[in-house]
This record gives sequence, C-alpha cells and structure tokens, in this order.
Amino acid sequence: MKTLLIAEYRDGKLFGTSSELINFATQLGAESAMVLVGSESSLPSYNGKLYLADIGEAGEFNPSLHKQLILDIIEKEQPSMVVLPHSSYGWDLAPRIALALKAAQISEVVEIKDGNLVVPSCNAKLRRQVKATTNISVVTLQGGAFTPAEEPSGTPEVIKVDVTAGGDIQFSGYEEAEAGGVDLSKAEIIVSAGRGIGKPENLAMIEKLAKALKGEYGASRPVVDAEWADPSRQVGTTGQTVTPKLYVACGISGAIQHLAGMKKSEFVLAINTDKDAPIGEIADVLAVADLKQLVPILTEKLNAL
Amino acid sequence: MKILVCIKQVPDMESKFKVNAAGNWYEETDLAWRMNEYDEYAVEQAVQLKQQVGEADLTVLCIGSDRVKETMKKALAMGCDRGAHIADDASYLKDPYAIASLIAGYAKDKDFDLIFTGMQSQDRGSGQVGVLVAEMLGVPSLTTLVEFSYADGTINAKRELEGGIKAKVSCATPALVTCQLGLNTPRYPTLPNIMKAKKKELISIPVADLNPQESLLEVLQVAPPEKKGGGLILEGDPADLADQLIQILKEKTTALA
Repeated sequence: MKTLLIAEYRDGKLFGTSSELINFATQLGAESAMVLVGSESSLPSYNGKLYLADIGEAGEFNPSLHKQLILDIIEKEQPSMVVLPHSSYGWDLAPRIALALKAAQISEVVEIKDGNLVVPSCNAKLRRQVKATTNISVVTLQGGAFTPAEEPSGTPEVIKVDVTAGGDIQFSGYEEAEAGGVDLSKAEIIVSAGRGIGKPENLAMIEKLAKALKGEYGASRPVVDAEWADPSRQVGTTGQTVTPKLYVACGISGAIQHLAGMKKSEFVLAINTDKDAPIGEIADVLAVADLKQLVPILTEKLNAL
Repeated sequence: MKILVCIKQVPDMESKFKVNAAGNWYEETDLAWRMNEYDEYAVEQAVQLKQQVGEADLTVLCIGSDRVKETMKKALAMGCDRGAHIADDASYLKDPYAIASLIAGYAKDKDFDLIFTGMQSQDRGSGQVGVLVAEMLGVPSLTTLVEFSYADGTINAKRELEGGIKAKVSCATPALVTCQLGLNTPRYPTLPNIMKAKKKELISIPVADLNPQESLLEVLQVAPPEKKGGGLILEGDPADLADQLIQILKEKTTALA
C-alpha cells in the first residue's frame, strides 16, 4: 500500500503535522511520498520523496491550484490513499481532491482499528469504523491523534514541481489574533467556563473560583461565540493552548477542539452533570454535580482556608 | 439574486446516544431534534444578505424524513422565502458524496448566485458536503468563514485558521460558502414570523427524482468510545464534594500550597 502525505505550510512556517502524517503511514505499514507547497528553507524531517512546489508561486491559499498540483502528483505516484491533516488547510482541500478522483473521503481519523479507520461522531460520544469502497481514498487526521513518540528524522529527496498560474479565489493576507487580553498560556491555574454555565451572569462565579485559586479564568468556544466572554479567554484549537498545573473545567462537555487546547494540563478537575461527558476521559477527577451549586460552595470553602 | 441555504436536522448533542439495531448509526427514538448549529449561522447570513440586496429569493433545503420539516419551518421563520425538502427516510445512511450529489442535483439548473452551508454537521462532522456541492457545480467555495460581506458580485470574507488567525479571502459569485460558529448572531424567530412561515411554500421532492448516487463509504461499526479508565468520579452532596475536592487539590496538586 502506498500513501501520499500532504504536508502543511503557512506564513513562512512548516507545520508540525507532517510528523503525524508520517507516523500514520508507519502505523498502516504503508509506503509513502510527500507533497509540500512550501519553501526549501523549511523542509520536514523525512526519509522519502518530497514533491516541493514553491509557495511564492502557488500562493498561500489557492485551493484549486493546490488541488491540481496534487492531482498531477497522484497521477505519477498512484497512491491508494491521500492523507491530509484535519485542519483549516486539510478539510478545505481534501473534498476537492476526493471529488476529482471520485474517491471516498474519511474525515478526522482518530485511530486505526483492525486495519480500518475510526472517526468520531456526535461530539465524540460515538465512534464509527468506516471503509472506502473506492480504490483510492482521501483521509484527514485529527490533530494530535497520531503524534509520534519520537520526532521523525531524515532528509527528504526533493523533487521540484512547476506551478502554473490559476485559481478562482484571491487571498490577501492574514489577520493576527487581537493583541491585548490575557495570555492564558502562562497561567498556572485556569478555571474555564463551558456551555454548562447556562447564562452569562454565571460567568461571575467562575471568575470568583479562579480568584479563590489565584488563577485566571478561561472559556470554551460556545461561551465566547455567545459573547459571554472575551475571545482572548478562549481555550482550544482556535483559541489558546494551555498547560497549567491545574485546569478546572466547569460545564465543559469536552469537544475535541477544546481538549486539544488543554489536555497537556498537569491536573484536570472537571465539574459536569453528565457522568459520560467526554471531558471525563482526560479528567483526573470528575465531580458529577451542577456547577451552579458546587462552584459557589467550593469557592466559599477555598476562601475560608 | 437567488440564494440557497442548506441545513441539516441533528439531535441535541447533550443527548445520550444509543447505537441502533443495525449497528450503523444512533437510535433515533427519544432524541430532541434541532437545526445543526453551524447551519443557524448559514441561515442568518443568508437572511442578512437577502435584506441587504433587497431583490432576492432565498430557498432553504433540507434532506431527510418528514421530521426535518419542523427544522425547515424555523429557517422559514428566520426569513427564508421557500423550502425544498428532499424526502429521504434513508438519508442517515448516505455518505457526504451521496448527500452532496442530491443537493447539486437539485441546484444544478437553478442558477443560484450564492449557496450557504454550515462548515460541518454536529453529528457526522465530516466537513465535506459544502465543498463537494461547489465542486460538483463548478463554482468556487470559501470555507470556515467567520466574517462575510458581499458587494457587486464579489464576496469578501475571513476564514478561521488555527490559533486565532484569520485569512482574508475573496471570490466572485456564483459561489458557495461554509459558515463557522461565531460568524454572526443567529436571530430567534418572532411569533409573527413563525405564523407567517406556516404559509410559506414548503415542497417535498422525492429523492428518486434527483438521480441518487451510491455512497463511497461503508460503515462497519458504530460504538461508544472505549473508556480508557479515566479518572476518579465523585458524586454526592455539593458541600461534601467541595470538601473532597479541596482534599484532593491539597494532596495531588500545588494549587493550594
């Protein structure tokens, strides 16, 4: 079996996800070649063939051009699986490639089980084992699901790919996250509010608990989207990645995007009414309780210490 | 201007899910159903665009059993003009390719200037259908949008990337966009609009009329994730719990040191 791995590059930087792609191919016991629309100055550690197109010519975000370039390499390499990260780059590009090949696409793979691929459903409450019925398939990998124990080594054999102009989307630059706000990545104790707080007024009790623990408060995406908390407080894939000594997750069910941003915390305490909430999978302690009752009592007792 | 917004009806994600007897999806009984959250942002953006351009006709499309019409009525109450229900009791067995084929089959001769979808569904989460529809129709697609504006046949938008960064992108219509959470503030339908929605056109199209395609994916098994042990689970009276938690924080962390 042969895989074609699509590495990811943005704004002058190669993304670390290439090591996850390589590890996935290794776990499958598959051969691989890699494609990078990037730069020669920032190559992945990889023992294999690397098709390299210059991002200056191909454009940072030009999906129809990237698609064509990858299709040309597929024609040459004849892989049975094309593998991308399940990221803003990968989930945008993968269906374009899949349709051109009339290939089945398997999104957000978390595990290989008995040679089949496993994907999450329903907020990670279910998992589906699926199989492509087509000779070639396109696969995206959940971030962090295939992180190798050791970083890969080696120098790729670079094959340069010519880029022909084209594309129907104009890209005009990046907008950085707004400066200011709080830097949660340096906080040692974080108390975060999830959808389970129920209404914006209840954020105050989360803040009070954070204060009692001499920490900062954070929030999950739904709380920020509802404008109950400032975007700088958001923990997760599209917010901040945090590694505190203590993370208290209040009313956070544990969507994968949130877990990705906090699972390296040293100690996780979750407060949730649902004993089966996915946050329980990574929590050191799960207190099954209504946070609106437990948080004020806990705060009071902490303040009395 | 002709606008299409595609929505899906999904269970409330707080539900307890049980695997169905066939072992290929969840058991559909005893679930509360609602509009896929991403699609609420898609409907809102479509309605805002209609209000902006004035002369526009906005169709909401949904695939599924008769049950999904309840969710379509919400979209009509939010401001869509008409509903196209693709009647398919077996839609939950279709993969993204088969679903996208139905939508493209419906849309192909209707000259929509803009198609809105959510960036993914909350139950399957494949994130494929929107892009596949655009590719099938041969129009550009912009995905994962957190900002959207339209003027004179051009969409200017921002895509959400990882780490709070956004990419500024634009393309010409006809086009398709997929909507990320936080793109706007979806409105609540008002009572007068709920009443008005009851009189709006909502036609059902038999799925067989749209040249359904075979799925490219096969589902082998559906199961809850294996419990990896996890941590300690504490239950009981809140005051007792608080005492236990403080004891644990003292013993296992340096938070109270």
